[in-house]
Amino acid sequence: MHENTADAAPAVQQLTFSLAGEEYGVDILSVREIRGWTRVTRIPQAPEHLLGVLNLRGAIVPVMDLRLRFGLEREDYGDATVMIVVAVADRLFGIVVDSVSDVVDIDPAAIKPVPDMGSVVDTRYLKGLATHVERMVMLLDVEKLMRPEDVDVVATALSEARDAAVSA
Amino acid sequence: MAAVDLTQFHKTFFEESVEGLDAMEAALLALDSGSTDHELVHTIFRAAHSIKGGAATFGFTDVAAFTHVAESLLEEVRSERRVVDATLTDLLLRSVDCMRAMLDRTAQGQPAADANSEALRVELAQLVEGKTAAVAVATKSKAEVVAGWDIRFVARPHLLQTGNEPLRLFRELQQLGRLEVLRAFITDAAPAEFAAIDPGQCYLGWELRLHGAVARPDLDALFEWLDGDCDLTIAAVPAPQEVAAPAPAPSAAAPAVAAPAAAPAGTREVSASGSAEGGSIRVGIDKVDALIDMMGELVITQSMLNDIGTNFELSQLERLREGLAQLERNTRELQDSVMRIRMLPIGSVFNRFPRLVRDLERKLGKQVRLELQGEQTELDKTVLEKIGDPLVHLVRNAIDHGLEVPEQRRAAGKPETGTLTLDAHHEGGNIVVRISDDGAGLNRERILAKAVERGLVPPGQQLSDDEVAELIFQPGFSTAAVATDLSGRGVGMDVVRRNVHDLGGSVGVKSVAGKGSVFTIALPLTLAIIDGLVTAVGEERYIVPLISIVESLRLGADTVRKIAGGGEVFKFRGEYLPMIRLHRAFGCPNAIAEIERGIVVVVEDDGQRVGLLVDELLGQQQAVIKSLEKHYERVQGVSGATIVSDGSVALIVDVGGVVRLGRRIKAA
Repeated sequence: MHENTADAAPAVQQLTFSLAGEEYGVDILSVREIRGWTRVTRIPQAPEHLLGVLNLRGAIVPVMDLRLRFGLEREDYGDATVMIVVAVADRLFGIVVDSVSDVVDIDPAAIKPVPDMGSVVDTRYLKGLATHVERMVMLLDVEKLMRPEDVDVVATALSEARDAAVSA
Repeated sequence: MAAVDLTQFHKTFFEESVEGLDAMEAALLALDSGSTDHELVHTIFRAAHSIKGGAATFGFTDVAAFTHVAESLLEEVRSERRVVDATLTDLLLRSVDCMRAMLDRTAQGQPAADANSEALRVELAQLVEGKTAAVAVATKSKAEVVAGWDIRFVARPHLLQTGNEPLRLFRELQQLGRLEVLRAFITDAAPAEFAAIDPGQCYLGWELRLHGAVARPDLDALFEWLDGDCDLTIAAVPAPQEVAAPAPAPSAAAPAVAAPAAAPAGTREVSASGSAEGGSIRVGIDKVDALIDMMGELVITQSMLNDIGTNFELSQLERLREGLAQLERNTRELQDSVMRIRMLPIGSVFNRFPRLVRDLERKLGKQVRLELQGEQTELDKTVLEKIGDPLVHLVRNAIDHGLEVPEQRRAAGKPETGTLTLDAHHEGGNIVVRISDDGAGLNRERILAKAVERGLVPPGQQLSDDEVAELIFQPGFSTAAVATDLSGRGVGMDVVRRNVHDLGGSVGVKSVAGKGSVFTIALPLTLAIIDGLVTAVGEERYIVPLISIVESLRLGADTVRKIAGGGEVFKFRGEYLPMIRLHRAFGCPNAIAEIERGIVVVVEDDGQRVGLLVDELLGQQQAVIKSLEKHYERVQGVSGATIVSDGSVALIVDVGGVVRLGRRIKAA
């Protein structure tokens, strides 16, 4: 579940799903379960993309809408709408996507960095791009998805500390 | 022999030691109040003995050395060579405090000994030696000139089975002085044939020399463990004789002794600091048995329901209902039993008070009789841990400010000895702890004067007795004419109230001048479950803790007034309270916006009341509090979440947070 899984492992299994016509992948090792959309309880003062919290066998788990997270248009939830529950460092959260497609093997060598292409998606949340059967799959970085601000803060603090150590 | 990682036992050792020290303290206090029960002395001795043994085993040498001296003193008491008097109990009580501090420091990975403990140890040692001198003159005269001891120590074969360990013994000897192994040999008990050797038996003997002016009783105390498990001869080495000749026999045992002893010592310090974290509970076996019984019933119910489910016909509906009812009963019982595991008797908190009262009595020249009632009343462990400090504060206050000195009491026609009662009992869903004294009661004039001086009330205002009593809970209020080191150093009753409030409880006082005061603390049984009122706001359900609800009412459309700045107030029992529209504070769509159609729940937090507008009240429910922070983050105005009957999540309103939220909305 750390970032260098991609370079080391021989083949990375990704759960792919579709969102606004594009194909995305999420590391299968971080997926806890896939479930149909159920009503959630709203949370006060939460950002818009955070739909609320859900009772997952006694645990109170936040759920986010990936479309809203990526600034895409809101879509009504239908029968195919699913929630993927992922775990990052003991924390669980659900992401609502249009539909789940498949589990595919991705060759780590085939993973390309994300170009700054001005795409509809904020590329901060992507680990890389891969091709699977002639189709592009965007690999999600679930850690950043969960707490992008925190991760950024930590990263900034770390690099600052490193710089300070070097100059000292 | 394989090195066993002893660090895993550290936590148990500390817990047991704390219990042992508590037992020592209780027994010492009983002795102090004139009891002559010999069993008490044994209790004290046993506690000290096991702490010493444990500390030595785990290599906490400072603790072991200190306890050792205390134990020597106790040994004299036990063998009736020393009479128990006030000075002795006082010294021993101070030793208990010192050991407690040493163990605390050890648990945190700090060096256990400090100047204080060293001074006390010397004091103890002097007392022991002085007495020893008087009793055993012969030993003393020798002890003065002795330069060391020659010890011939031959283990009997069954030595290891008694839990004794020569290595540990040597380590303890090393604490007394430099230890030299002159010779290690195989005893006659060893079988001639190799095949007949039993690895569980010990066939070894040692000739040892302990350098240094070690007192004989110290030495004897070490070998006391081994009484009957070895053959021992101890001879003094005279002072002038310089011991030069090393043992001719290649002492193979010597490095063997040193090496394994040193190895675990290095690794130990690292993990000692970690062992202080986390907590554990000792659970009575009856509680665990009850749990297992309950589990058994649940399994039976489950299989019964399973049975009905596999071939369900409509005729079985009645049986299904029965099964579900049984399941519900089982679940509730199971919940009760599980919650009971966290419950501990309040006696463990009460136990510290005899000591406190005794110390205060002496310090203040007052006579106090302490009565404890309802020590068996059980409270949640978390609540129990946090209620200690507020109680200590109240007890101190009662003795310092409440109870009078004997002369005053006599003049007032009361017995010279004041009575302080601590009482715990169940009352409804709460635990009520009462601290009552038969002292002077609250001094109305002085409190009022102080309150006026502090600007808490305007001069000349008429206040009822209850209102005056309320004043002492105001921040920054302290009436002691002279600030003693006991109370009146700024941390006042407001801290007590805040602490109790944090536990979801309340504290109040009733006082009659000249007759005494009663402080009453009401606490919830547990922190994990609250009684809540389920309210609907739009499509959401919010749970308001029952304990903070004052009243719910329906208001007319024109009763709410807008005040400058956008806030809203309404009149409730003669005062104007802020109105918080919960749907606006929490941003819930589709909620009732008209005051006259919704319901206003008046809640109180920290003495401040506000009205919460909700759509409707859905009923009461016990809510198991779940953390939002575990997978998400803290949310203002929400203290947690719970799962309601349909399996969905409902948020629990944090009344204090909502009050603050309300202020912000008002400001915006």
